[in-house]
Amino acid sequence: MHDSRLTSSPAATQVITADHEEPNPALLHHFADPQQQKNAASLGMWLFLVTEIMFFGGMFCAYLIYRIEYFNAFAAGSQQLNIWMGAINTAVLIVSSVTVVLAVKAAEAGKRKLLVGYLVVTVLLGMTFLVIKGFEYKEKFEKHHVPGPNFNFTDTFDDNGKQIPVDSKQAELFFSIYFAMTGMHALHMIIGCGLFGTLAVLAWKGHYTPAYFTPIENGGLYWHLVDIIWIYLFPLLYLISRHS
Amino acid sequence: MAEHKDQAADQEHGTHSQFFYIGIGVVLLVLTVTTAAVAFVNLGPLNPVVALSIATFKAALVVLFFMHVKGASEKLTGVVVVSGFFFLSILLILSLADYLTRAWR
Amino acid sequence: MVSKAATPLIPVPDTPKLNYLNNGHGLKSWLLTTDHKRIALLYLVSVSIFFFIGGIFAMLIRLELLTPQGDLLSADSYNKAFTMHGIVMVFFFLVPVVPAILGNFLVPLMIGAKDLAFPRINLLSWYLYVGAGALFLHCMINGGVDTGWTFYTPYSTTSNTQVVEAGLAVFIAGFSSIFTGLNFIVTIHRMRAPGLTWDRLPLFLWSNYATSVVMILGTPVIAITMVLVMAERLLHLGIFDPALGGDPVLFQHLFWFYSHPAVYIMILPSMGVISELVACFSRKRVFGYRFVALSSIAIAVFGFLVWAHHLFVAGISLYAAMIFSFLSFVVAVPSAVKVFNWTATLYKGSISFATPMLYAFGFIGLFTMGGLTGVILATIGIDVHVTDTYFVIAHFHYVMVGGVLMGYLGGLHFWWPKITGRLYPEGWAKLSALFVFVGFNLTFFPQFILGYLGMPRRYWQYPPEFQVLNVLSTAGASVLAVGYLLPMIYLLWSLRYGEIAGPNPWNAAGLEWKTSSPPPTFNFDETPVVTWEAYNYEEIPDKELEVPVAR
Repeated sequence: MHDSRLTSSPAATQVITADHEEPNPALLHHFADPQQQKNAASLGMWLFLVTEIMFFGGMFCAYLIYRIEYFNAFAAGSQQLNIWMGAINTAVLIVSSVTVVLAVKAAEAGKRKLLVGYLVVTVLLGMTFLVIKGFEYKEKFEKHHVPGPNFNFTDTFDDNGKQIPVDSKQAELFFSIYFAMTGMHALHMIIGCGLFGTLAVLAWKGHYTPAYFTPIENGGLYWHLVDIIWIYLFPLLYLISRHS
Repeated sequence: MAEHKDQAADQEHGTHSQFFYIGIGVVLLVLTVTTAAVAFVNLGPLNPVVALSIATFKAALVVLFFMHVKGASEKLTGVVVVSGFFFLSILLILSLADYLTRAWR
Repeated sequence: MVSKAATPLIPVPDTPKLNYLNNGHGLKSWLLTTDHKRIALLYLVSVSIFFFIGGIFAMLIRLELLTPQGDLLSADSYNKAFTMHGIVMVFFFLVPVVPAILGNFLVPLMIGAKDLAFPRINLLSWYLYVGAGALFLHCMINGGVDTGWTFYTPYSTTSNTQVVEAGLAVFIAGFSSIFTGLNFIVTIHRMRAPGLTWDRLPLFLWSNYATSVVMILGTPVIAITMVLVMAERLLHLGIFDPALGGDPVLFQHLFWFYSHPAVYIMILPSMGVISELVACFSRKRVFGYRFVALSSIAIAVFGFLVWAHHLFVAGISLYAAMIFSFLSFVVAVPSAVKVFNWTATLYKGSISFATPMLYAFGFIGLFTMGGLTGVILATIGIDVHVTDTYFVIAHFHYVMVGGVLMGYLGGLHFWWPKITGRLYPEGWAKLSALFVFVGFNLTFFPQFILGYLGMPRRYWQYPPEFQVLNVLSTAGASVLAVGYLLPMIYLLWSLRYGEIAGPNPWNAAGLEWKTSSPPPTFNFDETPVVTWEAYNYEEIPDKELEVPVAR
């Protein structure tokens, strides 16, 4: 059976001393103290975010190259996107980032109900984003801008009043990239909503105290990154060439 | 605008007041409106430059303040963030080095 | 035969009554373990199985190439054989072998920690690996893939083979890799024992750290590339298909942005092993410790700047090709630094020729050959002639097999006593090392000549004048196969009949040797406090190392 001697970590050999007198119930056995555990979790989350940056980065690379090669088609496609929905979605995400930060503050202050409130509002804002996105996609479908056998792009690139016709295949490429990037982003939003919903339930049950709210912080980091990705997607996809 | 004090060892937050964060949020919203509005002005080749600069500034605000990178006691966090964007820029720049220098464009 | 084990100064109990191997019995205690040592063994079993599968495909290839005609396999089957050989060996063997087995086992031990930072994510890593492997096996049963392990478009987006399944398997295996790397970075940053500063770290840890950085930054790019290929096949999002307006060279850029750094994921941990072996079996600190440590980081960083040397003939601009050629020369420098430093470590050392050291010698020689031929390939003027020939195949097998695999075998033998508490039979081990070395060179050196003479790769028939060299190559492969099978046999044998090892049969430096063999579940009875430099062999008594020999 498990030998308790094997789990001891003598305080004499610790360099980092814990601030808390009583053992933190969330402290895992292989860490020396809660601060080490928190720092480890935080670094781990940041490294995961770097993988997300590189993951989306591949698509940004594809976007960048094709935008340069097929500028007219990209501009024409961009002009067909609904700038209002894009801008409102950007605003929705920004507000949701604020609620995330305030949720972390509430957790830090031990205000459980406020924490749950902010988490729930964050999820609702995330869902708002997804609903608006859904309407956007529906619009694309109706205008036959979804790549595939039903794709049909007859619009032109409005370049300061001059109507430049564009190659249909190139326009289809724009929409391929549009759907790939916004689709992957939406998938991450769905995961984020699920994550924050779970955090809200656990917070309601009292899992998070001022001594331990690391999942709220790290979940927040994830949400902020998804926001940052959209901050770049909005101008790159919706604002390629709007002056006419 | 009282700084929130906490006995736990999370001074790495450099936690600000809620009004501060809401203020940053307002700035982000204003910048969103700005970038959309500027897109309707013909700045020629500067349009994408302005759009990306605003986007980068917004992203920096989120990273520094919402994600608490500014004031973090661990400099490692900043190194990790920068290296992520650095290697992404390697992918973009060196790929462009190919596409932009092809003689038959 | 009387065994001559190195005499420990203090009598220690042979094998602790309670260690990680017998702390908890039953399938559940293994399949739901969060102990990094048990997870390392889970990886050992699964990675070995995939090595065996990849080896079978290699055998099919070499058997086919005994004769100039395509007579053993059909052309399509041959395409599948080399594709599966490549995918299995690259993604399911070479990438995880040293980090997930030796790294998982040793990283916490070497830094004096009880476990990795995220034990449950470590277990998840293994399940992702196994899941990806199972998916790939299913893909194989469904007919496999014939695109080459490089999945070049537009063939991969239009081929009527199981590309989606294979791509998904690679995607999932990638996340296994990412989580391992994430765990290592956090562990090494946050959980070092008191007194263990960065410049006291064993070089194995520096190497695994650099490897982990590459895993984090590179693997997501192949993940998204596979997703885009799958999207193109399933949803007709035409990103890489020229018929749909896409650019196949873009695929190659994105694919190789990961796949080149991936080869550094493979070689860096093995280089770390070599540092440990050379130091122990010369009884000397590694020469130029700081240079070797920093060269690991340099390899990781520069490795990201060279990927388009795989695209020299793909239609990229000449100016870009020149930039990448130059950078490819630069990336060879830190590797050379390591080779020079290992050699200098040997100078005036007290060298002994235990099996791990034999593999280390093999590594140094063969990796150098592989690395130099890499520099040859980086020369555009030569590359346009030998690209897609057997010259390239010989090059990468020299670094992958002569390098990575030799490092792995050396490390596996070196740490086998620590992992299992048993000594392997030295005589059989030396014989196997000989088989591996001779077999390897006989297999792959003729391929340099074949490539230079113009035999293309991935061809299932060839002009008759190439037959002699191909026959030599296949003969070598048979010898090599014996060299791989023997360790499987005697290592398993040693589990029951091997001599008890004791905590430090090699009298090696390093925290992992300061605990029992096998270690207890939580590694150390007391958290060690480090007050000494790495490789303090001058302080370790018993300078004349007697090689422990088991019956």
